[in-house]
This record gives sequence, structure tokens and C-alpha cells, in this order.
Amino acid sequence: METRDLTRPRGPIVIDIENITKDYVMGEETVRALRGVSLKIHRNEYIAIMGPSGSGKSTLMNMLGCLDTPTSGRYEFNGKNVAEMNDDELAAIRNREIGFVFQTFNLLPRSTSLRNVELPLIYAGIDPETREQRAAEVLADVGLGDRIHHKPNELSGGQRQRVAVARALVNRPSIILADEPTGNLDSKTGEEIMALFEDLYQRGNTIILVTHERDIAAHARRTVHLRDGLIESDHAGFIPEIDMATVG
Amino acid sequence: MPDLFRKSIWLRLAKIDMKRFLYELGESWKIAVAQMRANMTRSTLTALGVIIGIVAVTLMGTAIGGISIGFDKSMAVLGDDVLYVTQWPWKVVDDWWNYRDRKKIKTEYAEMLNRMIEKTPNSNLIVAVPTSSVFRSIKYGGNQVDNVFVLGTTSDFIVTSTIDCKEGRFFSDMESRGGASVVVIGYDVADALFPSESPINKSVLINGQLFKVVGVNTRQGTFLGLFSWDSMVAMPLGAFNKYFSAKPDSDVRVKVKDKTKLADAKDELTGLMRRVRGLAPEKSDDFSINEQQAFKSTLDPVKNSIAVAGLFITGLSLFVGAIGIMNITFVSVKERTKEIGTRKALGARRRTILLQFLIESTALCLLGGFIGLSFAYVMCLGIGKAFPSFPIQFSVGLVVASMIVSVMTGLISGFAPAWTASRLDPVTALRYE
Repeated sequence: METRDLTRPRGPIVIDIENITKDYVMGEETVRALRGVSLKIHRNEYIAIMGPSGSGKSTLMNMLGCLDTPTSGRYEFNGKNVAEMNDDELAAIRNREIGFVFQTFNLLPRSTSLRNVELPLIYAGIDPETREQRAAEVLADVGLGDRIHHKPNELSGGQRQRVAVARALVNRPSIILADEPTGNLDSKTGEEIMALFEDLYQRGNTIILVTHERDIAAHARRTVHLRDGLIESDHAGFIPEIDMATVG
Repeated sequence: MPDLFRKSIWLRLAKIDMKRFLYELGESWKIAVAQMRANMTRSTLTALGVIIGIVAVTLMGTAIGGISIGFDKSMAVLGDDVLYVTQWPWKVVDDWWNYRDRKKIKTEYAEMLNRMIEKTPNSNLIVAVPTSSVFRSIKYGGNQVDNVFVLGTTSDFIVTSTIDCKEGRFFSDMESRGGASVVVIGYDVADALFPSESPINKSVLINGQLFKVVGVNTRQGTFLGLFSWDSMVAMPLGAFNKYFSAKPDSDVRVKVKDKTKLADAKDELTGLMRRVRGLAPEKSDDFSINEQQAFKSTLDPVKNSIAVAGLFITGLSLFVGAIGIMNITFVSVKERTKEIGTRKALGARRRTILLQFLIESTALCLLGGFIGLSFAYVMCLGIGKAFPSFPIQFSVGLVVASMIVSVMTGLISGFAPAWTASRLDPVTALRYE
């Protein structure tokens, strides 16, 4: 199982974090969510980040997604130093370089699929015609070509998550960051979404999967385990003997 | 060359940014409209506050405009190129005893002044006209009007006044010199005495004397009980003196050649009046020379305080409306915290979020303002119908002003919640349930 991607050449480094820490001040106490994490992610990797709750998994995901900045350490995204960016610069990175897929889909309930997928393009300053055309294309790519004028409440859970994936893809980001993408789906629909991710990976996308589900993580080509704010293990493929055991 | 290059890059960047700003603006409008439709009841109730506020402010603005026009209209009767020689000045005086014992102004002064004006080369004055007035009843057939302002003057009066005849004419120079028993009557007087016939050449009874009506004035309108030609009659001074000898109030009004040189004319007239009165150089004037402007400057503060007080009180209702908008925008931000988080994750910047909520509150206020303005307009029409004498003024300026006020209300009341939304931490916002 772990050998299935060894034939692929490694692409250039997209994410390069070195020794980052993140402290949260909660009243009197300081919580050290990350205690020094280093990670390099290359283009067209498919990586799963696993760990029990409280391991710093979510915090690391927020860092990788440029939603938050580290307390200390270095973070370079495509060679740009993210750690010292201000809010608007981070917003621009999120807009162009990162495609988010959330557990709860986070679609705008009153907007059609098309409008939902267009949203990142609006923030990128793309003109309306191009916007609509590209959104429709991407929706067709994820198999929703006939659902572009449907609102989220007219779609099934799996279809909603497909809309969210289309939204993540539409600005051609450097990475797709999926946070428990199947968490709100039944296992069959979940498998469909995972098949979609596999397809995206085969087409050259970089995918970071944050999950605590072993079955889901098993789709990735590299697995990183976090525990107590540190990387416990980082290895290619999904090795049942190791990965099954460490998930708490 | 590098400078030029750099400049063009900045220009291009600015263009891209402008474009993005416009797209964000368009997006924000769409969201605002969608939000309003999705929360119909809430939006309507909130807008109601603004509607009431705008109705109140607009109606007050209309009333103030009306009052102002009424004042100006009444003021126009006085003429802005006429000086009035009177015993009392046209202002509130603290030392009334200094004026009380002044000699009365006599109608003969007018003739003396006219002779002097004729002899003065390049005089700034044209003609002096005497006026005497009493209040009397006036009758025709079974109809009677009481307390009519009866004015005795010369035919030159017409040059000092904005008076117009709707029917007939003003009395002539001949009639004036001969002291003929003719009258020109005001619109309201004519209306009361002759409800169904033309007054021209009919004889009315004033003080037991018959006067032939030669003219009727055009309607001028009355306002706040200020003086109006509508309720007066004018007759030649000769006739007036013959029948109304008992202590009339007399003034002399003098028409000025060039109203831009009013001060010079005033000085000249003061000199002439001192000669008429035979005042020694060390004596102070024992008469007052007035002009419309002086009257205006005593009325303006009154007018302005009405305006300020009125706008302040009605502004309070708009303020309450604004607080409603602020409240609902805060609720909206709270409810949509997760959406804000999602938008931020997708690349919305602080400005984008700020703009979105500002536009929501502004759209709500603009809608309220528009509805309020429509209500106010209808109410103005109603008031205009019910009280024709009240000068209602619903102007384009008022429409523009109330729309600007609506937008400002939206921006100001929406700012605090929009700012809060724009500052939300994306991680916290995304986690919000």
C-alpha cells in the first residue's frame, strides 16, 4: 500500500515550516498548542495529518492554511515568508494559494452552487464572465454540471461537499486543505469524495488531509502524526501497523 | 525610464485593485438585497425606524422651507429697493422713550423730498411716496369686512410696491391729485365683498362714504399673520385725508434708483430728511430710515431658531432609527460569524467584510429613506390640499438631502458592527456555531 507513489518524482517545495510554535493565552494559563513543528510539503503530495484531539492538529492546519500566524518559527509558502504577513496579505495567500474544504461544507445557504464557487474569484478580482465560465467548468469537473443553479438545500450532502471542493479548486490553488472532509457524510458518500480527491491528486494537485479517521487517512501517500504539539511520526504511505496504533 | 516603468506598474496595480473593489461592491449589494429578502419581517421593522425618522425630518424640512418662503414673500411686499421713513425704527429698541416723543412723520414731507430730489443732480433716489393708514370696516350690499387696512397714498405708490392688479387698474395721477373717491381693493377683500360678481365700478362703503372700486389686486397669500396686500384697500391721499382725519399713521417711502447703492441712498435720504426737519448739525436724527433688510435681520434669528429646534427634535427620531439599524447589523454579524469566517478563508479581506456590512446597513437605510420620502411627499400633498395658505416646499434639494441623510445614517450606524465583523479572527469565526 505504501509503495504506490514511489514512482512519482518529487515536485518543488510548496510548504516549508521549521520549528514553529504556537501559544494560546487562556486567562492566566498559556497553552502551548505547537511546540516546534518542522514539515516540508512538495508539490503534488497527498498527505494526511493525523492526531488525537488536543494534539495540535487543528492549530497546525490553521497555520498551514494561513488562517493564523505562528508564535515563533519560520513558515515559507512558495518561498514567501508567511509568518510575518499582515491580515490582508494572508487573505491574498488564502485566496490564491489555498483551497479549503471544511467538514461542515460552509457553503452560503442562499446562493446557488455557481455563486458559491464564484466567491473566491470575486475576491481575486476576476471579471464576471470569466468568473461564471470558470465556476461552471470546475463544477462540471466535480460532476455537478447539471446542478450549477441549485442551492445547497436542494443538494445532497455529497453534492454539497463537491460544490465545496469545486470552490476550493476554482482559483487553481497550490494546495487543497481538507479538514475532515468526510466527517459529515455517510461512509459511502465519504468514499465518493475520497475518490474525487484521488482523482484531483492524479491530476497533479497537492492535497493536505486533516483527519482522525484511519480509513480516510489511508488514501494519502504520506502520513504525519501529531501528539502533544509535536510530530510523532512522518512517513510515506499509510502503514497499518504504525498508523492504526497511534491514533488515539 | 525605470521611473516610468514603475509608474506604469503602479497604475496597473491600482487598476486591478479598483476593479476588484468594484466587484466586491457589486457582490456586497447582491448580498445586502438577498439578506433583506431573506429576513423580510426583521428588515421591514428595522427600516420602519428610519422611515419614521425620514418622514419627520423631511416634513420638518418642508415646513422650514415653507416658513422661509412665507417670510420672503411677506418681505417682498416691502420691496428691496425702497426706504421707509418712520418715527419708530423697525427693530426692537430698549430705549423706547427716545423715540416716543419724536415728531410724527407727515405726508407733506413726501412732496418736500420730491422737490429736493428733483434739484439734486445724480440723486440716488427716484421718488418719495406718502402713505397714511387706518383700520376700518368696509361694506358692500349685505357683506362686510372688518379691520381692513386702509391706505391713503399717491399714484406713485405703484412704483414702490410689488402690487399687481388682477382686474382694473391702480388709481391714476389725476385721481390722486384730485383726491377722487376711488379705491383699489385687495384680493381677500374683493372675495369677501363680491363673491359672485366683478367689483370693478361698484361702490363700496367705508366710514359712511362711498368709494368706487377701480382695481383688484392679484392674490398674494398671507402667512403667519404677516402683512399682506390681500386684506387692504388703497385710495388717493386727498380722499383719505378728507374722510379719515383722525390720527392716521403716516410714513414716507422712497424708491431707490440702484439697490446696490442702498447705503448711499440712505445717507442721501438722511440728509434730505434733516433739511426737511430743519435739524441743527449737533442734533441727532429724529426719524428712522428703514429698509427690508433690517426687518429681515430681526426675523432671521427667529426663523433660524425654529429651524434648528425643529430639525433637532425630528433628528432624534432618526437617531432612534439609526440605533435600530446598528442593533440589527450587530445581530446580523453575530448570526453570520461562520459565514464571515468562511469568506475570510476564501480570501475576503478586512475591507471586503467591512464593505459588505456597511452596504447592508446602508441599503436598509436607503430603502427606509426612500419609503419615508414617498410618505412625506404624499403627506405634503395632503397638507397642501388641506391648508392652501401654508406654503409647502417639497424641493429636489430636499429629496437629495434626505437621501444623503439616509446614506449617512446607514454608514454611521453600520460602522461599529461592520468594523467588529472585519476584525474577527478567521479561526474563531470558523469555529463559531
